[in-house]
Amino acid sequence: MKSIVISDVKLSDGSSVSIGMRDGVITEIGAQISSDYDETILGTGLTALPGFVDLHTHLREPGKEDAETVLTGSQSAVAGGFTAVSAMANTNPVADTAGVVEQVFRLGKEAGLCEVFPIGAVSKGLMGEQLAELGAMATSAAAVRIFSDDGKCISDPLLMRRALEYVKSFNGLIAQHAQDPRLTVNAQMNEGEISSTLGLAGWPAVAEESIIARDILLADHVQSRLHICHVSTAGSVEIIRWAKSRGISVTAEVTPHHLLLTEDLITGYDPIYKVNPPLRSQRDVEALRTGLADGTIDIVATDHAPHPREDKDCEWAAAAFGMTGLETAFSVVFTAMVKSGLMSMERLVEVMSTAPARIAGYIGQGSLAIGSPAHITLVDLASDYPVNARSHLSKSSNSPFNGLVLSGRVRDTLFHGVAVLRNGTLTGERFA
Amino acid sequence: MSNLLSINDLTLDQALGILRTAAELEKLTEGGAKKLPTLRGFTIVNLFYEDSTRTRISFESAAKRLSADVINFSAKGSSVSKGESLKDTAQTLQAMGADAVIIRHGSSGAAARLASSGWIKASVINAGDGTHEHPTQALLDAFTIAKRFNLLNNEGQIFVGLKVAIVGDILHSRVARSNALLLTKLGAEVTMIAPPTLMPVGVAAWGVSSDYSLDNRLAEYDVVMMLRIQSERMTDSYFPTEREYARRYGLNSERLGKMKESAILLHPGPMNRGLEISAESADAENSMVLEQVSNGVLVRMAVLYTLLGGPTMVDEVVKA
Ligand SMILES: [Zn+2]
Repeated sequence: MKSIVISDVKLSDGSSVSIGMRDGVITEIGAQISSDYDETILGTGLTALPGFVDLHTHLREPGKEDAETVLTGSQSAVAGGFTAVSAMANTNPVADTAGVVEQVFRLGKEAGLCEVFPIGAVSKGLMGEQLAELGAMATSAAAVRIFSDDGKCISDPLLMRRALEYVKSFNGLIAQHAQDPRLTVNAQMNEGEISSTLGLAGWPAVAEESIIARDILLADHVQSRLHICHVSTAGSVEIIRWAKSRGISVTAEVTPHHLLLTEDLITGYDPIYKVNPPLRSQRDVEALRTGLADGTIDIVATDHAPHPREDKDCEWAAAAFGMTGLETAFSVVFTAMVKSGLMSMERLVEVMSTAPARIAGYIGQGSLAIGSPAHITLVDLASDYPVNARSHLSKSSNSPFNGLVLSGRVRDTLFHGVAVLRNGTLTGERFA
Repeated sequence: MSNLLSINDLTLDQALGILRTAAELEKLTEGGAKKLPTLRGFTIVNLFYEDSTRTRISFESAAKRLSADVINFSAKGSSVSKGESLKDTAQTLQAMGADAVIIRHGSSGAAARLASSGWIKASVINAGDGTHEHPTQALLDAFTIAKRFNLLNNEGQIFVGLKVAIVGDILHSRVARSNALLLTKLGAEVTMIAPPTLMPVGVAAWGVSSDYSLDNRLAEYDVVMMLRIQSERMTDSYFPTEREYARRYGLNSERLGKMKESAILLHPGPMNRGLEISAESADAENSMVLEQVSNGVLVRMAVLYTLLGGPTMVDEVVKA
């Protein structure tokens, strides 16, 4: 394996260093380091960050390979600077057995571009009725730690209680997609003045907030850990802030699109903006930004949800929910949060890498410490560029950011010390 | 203006232009007895994804009275019902040389998608999209009101001083949305009346007031528009029973008697007699239901004329 040095690169605190790695592990960081490396990556003008870690990724394989595969999703991930993604369980078949999670895990290893950690379903077939074999998935080769019925809410309070309790024996984590199904029958967009004017069925904030409140109380009652997926409303932020002030073990994620986009974009009925939970109001966006900056919200997660073209090239109600996000996540978070002055680069590293790695227990991710695997992303903070969804490596191009000018661009990604992405282009190399 | 997707597409002058064109067309066709050659050679497609014989026939008559060729493309029993996408259908219609597509669809925004996605070059007319809008219904209602109160020759906001109540399932009604936008644009004071469960969130943003009671100010309204209530709203717990709905929000003969003598009663049809409207009210002297139907053809002629004929043609008609 080649030894590599990244020379003259900045860290998130602004200091200039060189980073050396041998056998895929970081061996030296400092202003002055030894010089006998096989290859030098010139880091001038770039910033080195620990590879990003996504806890919410829809890779669509098995079952929807026309939208994405584990390979194309991995390519998209490294193009976005991610060195670990978490494959959601709502595939076909559902990832509710050791067999399916091991298959996804193996496909990730074969792709060799980033770590692919399968998420297991909480309930059999995502039906919300019976627990899936959580223990078998936890002890499988995939060593699943996060369980989620994402796409669907675990609405039965008893099943939710049992799931929260059961995973304690292997330190698992339940990630809830908070959406009361009865309050969101046929829901199409955020409930408010705009949904009323457009005649689209409303998805009220309370449908999210009531589930979050309930689950926080349940997690406290059974003394387990709870993770809230894609928090989207100001009220949810308030409830989570309250829970944390009480010392309840809850973590929360926000998506890049909920940090930047609002429901006003929907007035033309373009389904590119159709997503679940829906885009909300400016007031919600501001509360989410504040919550992410002050630590109420722990992490950014993409909810990367690729869809084939025909699923968006239709009328609003017929279109699928979801947006791609891996390749724009860093730029969106940098633009919305750091460039705007709401948080520091150190906090960005925390929310996109360190904290998700810690929450999920992904050992070796989220760190640039000597001795850690060399999972490194180089970004150019001075770059402003228009997003071009067609150039994305994801198999799908349903990006709501297409055409927007964003700041901060991922240039290079190293996975186990292998440069899988250079100057925004896949090198063809992989970690075997 | 090449499409009519929402009342928001119309300026006040454009809306008045359509109403006045309808009045002129009424004279020119001697109340619809005569055909005009204006749209000879034009192909107009009725693309109906929902059954609505009344609306389809109204558009068809309007197009034929202007000598256009009409193709009826019903979703029932065609490739459309076999899962063909709106996009594919649109491209087929484009290949057939359609000059205008009149679309009725169960999804809000379907007309807007058809017009803005580059699938088709034809003019698009929204004949009702989901729970969004039904602009030609609002235009025909406004025309009916204007004729009845003799307001068409006024200038600017011709409905200033007029009080209109729209009663019923406001939440799911495309007729209510389009009427709220158009009648307020024309200067009317509009009140939405519905049980709270059927009142949209933030309805005040439409420039209207709202009331949960039909009886509160019934004697003040110049126009009472009753909306059709669907019985499935009851199973979805929007109200307890049909009987209770009829009692609280139905226009029965007792309420009819409390209305202003000069007030008129509108209903977009089809009516549920005995539910939102009693038989006596439906057939009352001040019920404009049949006028609405005949005015519908005239207003739709005016819309086709305006969209396909262009402004000079309209000016000629208006001057004629
Ligand atoms: Zn979800």
